[in-house]
Amino acid sequence: MTVEASSDELKRTPLHAVHTAAGAKMVPYAGWHMPIEYTGVVSEHVAVRTSAGLFDVSHMGEIEVTGPDALALVQRVTTNNAAKLALNQAQYSALIYPEGTFVDDLLVYRFAENHFFLCVNASNAEKDYEYIRSHARGNVEVRNTSDQYAQIALQGPRAISILQKMTAFDLQSVKYYWFRRLDLAGEQVIAARTGYTGEDGFEIFSKPAKAASLWNRIREIGGDHVTLAGLGARDTLRLEAKMVLYGNDIDQTTTVLEADLEWIIKWDKGDFIGRSALWNQKENGLDRKLAGFEILDRGIARHGYDAFIEDKKVGAVTSGTYAPYLKKAIGLLYLPDEYAAVDQEFEIDVRGKRLKARVVPTPFYRRKK
Amino acid sequence: MYPKEYLYTKEHEWIKKDGSQAVVGITIYAQKQLGDIVFVELPQPGKNYEAGKPFGSVESVKAVSEIYAPVSMEVVAVNNDVVQRPELINEDAHDKGWLIKIKVNNEADLEGLLSAEEYEELISQDQH
Repeated sequence: MTVEASSDELKRTPLHAVHTAAGAKMVPYAGWHMPIEYTGVVSEHVAVRTSAGLFDVSHMGEIEVTGPDALALVQRVTTNNAAKLALNQAQYSALIYPEGTFVDDLLVYRFAENHFFLCVNASNAEKDYEYIRSHARGNVEVRNTSDQYAQIALQGPRAISILQKMTAFDLQSVKYYWFRRLDLAGEQVIAARTGYTGEDGFEIFSKPAKAASLWNRIREIGGDHVTLAGLGARDTLRLEAKMVLYGNDIDQTTTVLEADLEWIIKWDKGDFIGRSALWNQKENGLDRKLAGFEILDRGIARHGYDAFIEDKKVGAVTSGTYAPYLKKAIGLLYLPDEYAAVDQEFEIDVRGKRLKARVVPTPFYRRKK
Repeated sequence: MYPKEYLYTKEHEWIKKDGSQAVVGITIYAQKQLGDIVFVELPQPGKNYEAGKPFGSVESVKAVSEIYAPVSMEVVAVNNDVVQRPELINEDAHDKGWLIKIKVNNEADLEGLLSAEEYEELISQDQH
């Protein structure tokens, strides 16, 4: 077994000391020193599904696009239709290369008519910023404001009732994928009803200096109903909910259509980078598509393991884990279109042993509303 | 925490001698590093392994770790409880979470293993 050493070069969130005091296991992640778990991935995962889990996601990047031509720029570089966003509304989208592949996936928030706030993956923030800036035309300003925000997520069926005790604002009036600026435990925050776990809850952007007091207040108010949750649980939760992860399931070599995300491509919004490549792909049919699978034998398939039908290699696992709530081994992989249908059986080479797997409907887990 | 009567490997297995046989498992340190263990793969009784060769694997949600034969050995029995309930390794790595019973093929192999004190010294360095 190997133990990863922490490095002084890693960035620290404003909650770093809070995590180490809580006994978190800290690991390097995307250039940051982050908590992977506190008490254990399984218990943290189940707590988010059944009660509430508190995550530090301050490593995520923030990019702000402002000015009279802000909307035009966001429309050009992303696939979803930002023009449809009302003030205080958010959407999931893709930052896109001309080939139709991912620069990143992201959330686009409309702060004001001419002010868009993009929440991007930590490891991509600088690349995304340069890419967006390189496409800026006219009167628009692009800023990387990652240092100006801490981000905390409270996710799970009890999340809303816990946060409600900290604000006079009616949180139930904030619909899914909407957000508000509001006062939470005496601090001005942006509270967005979004998340990466498949549960209801909020993602809260605050000033870095206020993050620790907010975190501690949520723990005080939530008591036993709030479990501290690390990146380990975040990964298993997002996979059960079939939310793709940049660097595993999507990257600069996979197109938005192949990733089974056509719903974030708005063909009728006007031209955008990558539109013609994606349209061509749609017209000509996909060679491969991201599919969800479960393992029928005993064992776990992990990122990079090869998949076979008879002796033909048909793909490789992009994400794979034991799903703590479903209690089975699941994963995602790209399969040739002719093999991507539900119930298709195939095999995965798990360290020299072939395990049976089957394509299943996704998401693997869907919360009851 | 690390029983004095056991011997240990640098790869974080423990071995407890019992006459010509011995019991083998992974250490508390190893299970802590892995986190929640959800799957264990163990060999069939009757199989022989040379010292240092992998004989099975332990998987947590996040990682997989091979387990190595601490000595040249023949597998005599497998802990079926731990196959059914892998979390036993997290709960009680040094006792109920044992993995296999073995026959030691070469007693001389035992001399190369670590005492409890030496093992504790090793993992204290790992943690720095």
